[in-house]
Amino acid sequence: MDTNGATTSSAAGGGSTSTSDSSLLSKKNSKKPQYSRFTQQELPACKPILTPGLVITTFTIIGIIFIPIGLVSLSASEHVVEIVDRYDEGCVPPNYSNDKLAYIQSSRTNKSCTRTLSVPKLMKSPVFIYYELDNFYQNHRRYVKSRSDKQLRSKAYERETKNCDPQAVSLDAPIVPCGLIAWSLFNDTYGFFVKSKMLEVNKKNIAWDSDKEHKFGSDVYPKNFQTGGLIGGAKLNSTTPLSEQEDLIVWMRTAALPTFRKLYGRIEEDLQANEQITVVIQNHYNTYSFGGKKKLVLSTTSWIGGKNDFIGIAYITVGGLCLFLAVNFILLYVIKPRALGDPSYLSWNRSPAGNPN
Amino acid sequence: MARGRIRARLRRSHLYTFSCLRPSAAEEGPHSIEGPGYSRIVHCNQPLMHNKKPFKYRSNYISTTKYNFVTFLPKALYEQFHRVANLYFLGTAIISVTPLSPFSAVSMIAPLAFVVGLSMAKEALEDWRRFMQDMKVNTRKVKVHKEDGIFGNKTWQKVQVGDVVKVEKDQFFPADLLLLSSSYEDGICYVETMNLDGETNLKVKRALEVTLSLDEDEAFKNFTGTITCEDPNPSLYTFVGNFEYDRQVYALDPSQILLRDSKLRNTTFVYGIAIFAGHDSKVMQNATKSPSKRSRIERKMDYIIYVLFSLLLMISLISSIGFAVKTKFYMPDWWYLQPQHTDDYYNPEKPVLSGVSHLVTALVLYGYLIPISLYVSIEVVKVLQASFINQDIQMYDEETGNPAQARTSNLNEELGQVDTILSDKTGTLTCNQMDFLKCSIAGTAYGVCSSEVELAAAQQMAIDLEDQDAERSTGSRQKGKQQEIELETVVTSRDEKDHKSPIKGFSFEDSRIMKGNWLREPNADVIMLFFRILAICHTAIPELNEETGSYTYEAESPDEGAFLVAAREFGFEFFKRTQSGVFVRERYSVAGQPIDREFKILNMLEFTSKRKRMTVIVRDEDGQILLLCKGADSIIFDRLSKNGRLYEEDTNKHLNEYGEAGLRTLALAYRKLEESEYSAWNNEFQKAKTSIGADRETLLENVAEMMERDLILIGATAVEDKLQKGVPQCIDKLAQAGLKIWVLTGDKMETAINIGYACSLLRQGMKQICITANSSDAKETLSLFVTVQVVKENILMQITNASQMIKLENDPHAAFALIIDGKTLAYALEDDMKQQFLGLAVDCASVICCRVSPKQKALVTRLVKEGTGKTTLAIGDGANDVGMIQEADIGVGISGVEGMQAVMASDFSVAQFRFLERLLVVHGHWCYKRIAQMVCYFFYKNIAFGLTLFYFEAFTGFSGQSVYDDWYMLLFNVVLTSLPVISLGVFEQDVSSEVCLQFPALYQQGPRNLFFDWYRILGWMGNGLYSSLIIFFLNIIIFYDQAFRSGGQTADMAALGTTMFTCIIWALNCQIALTMSHFTWIQHLFIWGSIGTWYLFLFVYGMLSPTISGNAYQILVEALAPAPIYWSATLLVTVACNLPYMAHICFQRCFHPMDHHIIQEIKYYKKDVEDQRMWSRERSKARQKTKIGFTARVDAKIRQLRGKLQRKHTSLEMHSPVTPS
Repeated sequence: MDTNGATTSSAAGGGSTSTSDSSLLSKKNSKKPQYSRFTQQELPACKPILTPGLVITTFTIIGIIFIPIGLVSLSASEHVVEIVDRYDEGCVPPNYSNDKLAYIQSSRTNKSCTRTLSVPKLMKSPVFIYYELDNFYQNHRRYVKSRSDKQLRSKAYERETKNCDPQAVSLDAPIVPCGLIAWSLFNDTYGFFVKSKMLEVNKKNIAWDSDKEHKFGSDVYPKNFQTGGLIGGAKLNSTTPLSEQEDLIVWMRTAALPTFRKLYGRIEEDLQANEQITVVIQNHYNTYSFGGKKKLVLSTTSWIGGKNDFIGIAYITVGGLCLFLAVNFILLYVIKPRALGDPSYLSWNRSPAGNPN
Repeated sequence: MARGRIRARLRRSHLYTFSCLRPSAAEEGPHSIEGPGYSRIVHCNQPLMHNKKPFKYRSNYISTTKYNFVTFLPKALYEQFHRVANLYFLGTAIISVTPLSPFSAVSMIAPLAFVVGLSMAKEALEDWRRFMQDMKVNTRKVKVHKEDGIFGNKTWQKVQVGDVVKVEKDQFFPADLLLLSSSYEDGICYVETMNLDGETNLKVKRALEVTLSLDEDEAFKNFTGTITCEDPNPSLYTFVGNFEYDRQVYALDPSQILLRDSKLRNTTFVYGIAIFAGHDSKVMQNATKSPSKRSRIERKMDYIIYVLFSLLLMISLISSIGFAVKTKFYMPDWWYLQPQHTDDYYNPEKPVLSGVSHLVTALVLYGYLIPISLYVSIEVVKVLQASFINQDIQMYDEETGNPAQARTSNLNEELGQVDTILSDKTGTLTCNQMDFLKCSIAGTAYGVCSSEVELAAAQQMAIDLEDQDAERSTGSRQKGKQQEIELETVVTSRDEKDHKSPIKGFSFEDSRIMKGNWLREPNADVIMLFFRILAICHTAIPELNEETGSYTYEAESPDEGAFLVAAREFGFEFFKRTQSGVFVRERYSVAGQPIDREFKILNMLEFTSKRKRMTVIVRDEDGQILLLCKGADSIIFDRLSKNGRLYEEDTNKHLNEYGEAGLRTLALAYRKLEESEYSAWNNEFQKAKTSIGADRETLLENVAEMMERDLILIGATAVEDKLQKGVPQCIDKLAQAGLKIWVLTGDKMETAINIGYACSLLRQGMKQICITANSSDAKETLSLFVTVQVVKENILMQITNASQMIKLENDPHAAFALIIDGKTLAYALEDDMKQQFLGLAVDCASVICCRVSPKQKALVTRLVKEGTGKTTLAIGDGANDVGMIQEADIGVGISGVEGMQAVMASDFSVAQFRFLERLLVVHGHWCYKRIAQMVCYFFYKNIAFGLTLFYFEAFTGFSGQSVYDDWYMLLFNVVLTSLPVISLGVFEQDVSSEVCLQFPALYQQGPRNLFFDWYRILGWMGNGLYSSLIIFFLNIIIFYDQAFRSGGQTADMAALGTTMFTCIIWALNCQIALTMSHFTWIQHLFIWGSIGTWYLFLFVYGMLSPTISGNAYQILVEALAPAPIYWSATLLVTVACNLPYMAHICFQRCFHPMDHHIIQEIKYYKKDVEDQRMWSRERSKARQKTKIGFTARVDAKIRQLRGKLQRKHTSLEMHSPVTPS
């Protein structure tokens, strides 16, 4: 009000006294905070409160949504057919059973091994082939860091082997691909036969497209790989660029947990129920030294991926819990109702002695 | 100047009978000054002598800053790294540049630099403000003797010890000065020491007789002298020194010393010599270092940090031991790691070494448990909260143009936890302005205006009556309404009056005696005498205002000024004072013409706090000798003659009413003297006056006593010590909010008690416990030690008796007030007694300490703070409050008055006391809840996140690998979760500001600490633990080993980490949404925006070159978004995380609702609009049980009335047992 008067009078440019007065006034009021709903903390706000109705509705809705999701997930998981075969023990000849390490490390032993799997149910193509390793710390910090993304990507960065020790250089020449991950590449191979007819294993497109296209260079060829004193895992064909070495690309995506599966390939044929599949395994990879298991997995997928009952069960549990809570709240309201905004619940009404809360 | 000269001829000291008698120099002789503590030598008028040792004293430059340009960096850095948490962060930042770090160096150093930088910038800004304030003081101008009797202006900082300084009227003294002479012939001057001790009465200082001649500029041409005195010390009331002048040595005492920061009043000029300059001056010696304060929540946060630090250390140790064991026993088998070719970090042969180095890594990795961002966020939030306080338009004072100001932002939440308010009186509660409001003359009460207390009480009563009416049947409502109307008319009449009479000091209104109408009153002669006493019995000097032609008065106390103004308005204008007489112009006389009358002053027996009365003996124009006396009612009533008690009963009744209305009262009386009687007495009096010896004063008092008897009572005056606007209401509200209010004042006990009444801290029917040290008893005892002992025992006995009395009190409504004076307080604050004293004080409803020194104010504050362990708030306006303001947990300064010292020392400043209500009840309440919720949530969030890192460790052989990308972690605290929590800390409102004010009881949630107790903190931590478990293990199991999408791909570390992180972002942001109860668009934007930002970031990050994004390259677009399991996992985990909390709050709200829940519901259903009766009833109930404030006063009154009614009822029933219905 005052400020208004002051500004108008000074704008009018009246007598000298009035201007000096108004300037005094405006000077005085210069520290006056400007009104805005923001500075006065009076912004319009929605203030939701948990009314019993809202509480019960929320819990019920969660329950009603979650249980169907759980059921759908469970049924999706039910439809997935999965064959798991652990072969690390079975593939060691009986005479080496006490010294498996010697068996796997010897270059003269026969590493071939034949396993027979039976298909429990019809497996529609594509049937995915995985190898599963156990107790293998692909997530170990030393292991995870032991790679050079730059080197993998482009030929120009061949010498970028900073983190790759001790698989960085071989006789002063950089190893491509360097590092422990590449060095320890999985090298068991599988051949599948149904009634002596070999099943085609498609090993294309088992890695992420982005990896193939952007992370592993098409001009980068393996060099000095597995030439050092210590041989780790698989060798790489030095005439194939890294972008086409899909086994390597898959392997280089380090797993999060010490038990992991990695995609080996696809069988693009339906497998009939009760079919017997003969698998010829070249058992090279050493998991014996650290007691890790090796498994071969054949699995179909559904929209939730592989066989995974857990998510369905979890959904049903949480949904059930919500419904249970909703019922409980309903019962509690029936037994001990409280009118909302009932002032008799205010602390000063509840305790006559005047002891709030 | 001419006017000043005329006045200067007055020998003011003749007016004074008791205190201003000049002791002759020969009488006492110089002090024997030697030994340590008395080494200061000042060469007067030779400041150059002080340029070399040993006389090189400190200059008059003052500096209250903490730092200067050189010391700022090291000192401020030291302060910053004094905090444990900052030290830890510094450690991690150092580690981060070594290869041991699991993260990049920037992500560690940047936040630390930000936190430390922000805090240091704040420090620098505050220090800069202090510096500017110092400069303002240092560059004030004062006249200093240059040479040859010429005075020139100098800035204060250039004033040196030994300089002769000329200070003019209403200027402050630049240093501690020795008074040489003044514009008055007898070398006295008046000093206002408000800034030093808060006393409003002017003090008289006087120069030595020998220096009186130095009253002109030229006189200082060849002036020299030497002062030997004590070393600088903080005692304001003592001074020992000798002054050597003309080869004579004179003793100096405190009455010649003018202290820095006090002000020259009523005196045109004085000359003085600077003795103590700058930091040597007594006022600066009194200053204490401004302490750095931390809020209760912050201190508790330290404990939580320790808890978390132990947790951090524990899990770090677990993972280090785990790592060492894995490395030693398992790693040799892990051929793919090439264990035979490792550096020390992974060397299986040196497990201890690798374990230790891993410990360092782990401490950094799990650092998310101790959120550095918490400190950043809290700083940001507090600065924003402070800016809201500064911006609050309802705490802006139109008159002074000052808004409220949060000068330190780190105490915002402490405002919500205050338990005791310690308030200064003058300038804080009162405006230091007296208004003549009512009087009682010849047994008739005049004056229709109501005091503020009455008005406030009337308003409250009206509200209460309305409520009661509402509850009662409709039949009696009519009557209530009528009453209400009556009360309203009272209120409005006051408002009109405010427009009508703008005369300062005069709010009286009564047509019966205004404008000469008193002539027609029945007791006109008594009324005339009454007015004459007002116009004659005082020590003031009139001053003609040349512009308006009216007189203003320079009085020693504001009461006197008010009396003179009143007399003037009644037509008895005091316009001239000479050495021997007082001239009064009487406008309304019987003759109808203005008459100037002269009253010869024969004697003046002035006011002392011991006598509590003032008397003048005058001879009027008819030669009649009159003794006119004004004084405290009890004193006057004791000295009435038998036939002078005609009006005693009525006057007494009126005095009680005035007292009830919070007014200060004085009774007026007179006595006619016979010539012979007077001369006999006067001889005796003169004899006493010239007597020599220590007991002269006692002798004089006894003689005066002889004369002041057989008085005839005329009436009484009632003066309102004008309270600041809204003070009683504010005190009432604060009391209802459960706050205790103590008044600490430098003023007299009577004044303090009056103010106590005025602000309803005291009321009729309250039992007053006065604790005093009876010093007269003590004087008789010879040994000093024994004296102290006796006095102390006496006080202790009083205290224990009073405590006993309170314990034995049965009436639940009984209220006690403790009143204690400074002298007694000095003993009561000693170690052996202070606990008993505090115990008593806490039991009393109100506590008033009067005549306390600044130091004692601080000591009382410390006693309350440390003794009760509760939060204290000190509020004051003057330099004398600085100690208390600094000592209290929160110091509030009143801005807008002259001195800025209190504001400079304060943490918050408001323009008026009444803004304290809003500051505490609204801002304090909000800030407390905001910070408490924010801190709790912060710990929750960081535990929930940090622990997932730890769990993952267990799956990686404790190798220190994190499942998340470095960038996710960096962004977690900086972008993805910080804004919602800041919006919680800045914008959350449980209830609106109106509701806060309407329901003061809600404030108690703060002092009770309902939102930051260990139960709640641990609850949140438990919630964090639960969330971390859910997030981690649900994700691990869902993404265990099978394909996670129909394309057959299995989840790698990047996919798992990203999913887990998505779940964290969702869960945490939904959690904070559940915590909040107030959503403006800002909160919506921040919460849902944070989630959106995460997806946006993931998308953009995935688009970047794979050399930057690494495994996260195109992870959202290619791998996760097309996989339904990614989305369903997010939904599942988010809901599962928040389910327990949600159930908890639903359960709590439904079955154990807190007050703010109910009020939210009432507001939500608009019940307050529909059922306004209920709403106003609850409002009036929503207060803490309190015994102070006018609501309590009204309650007491109602109780009293009801009691009476009941008695009447029962007696009626006894008489007529059968009543027809």
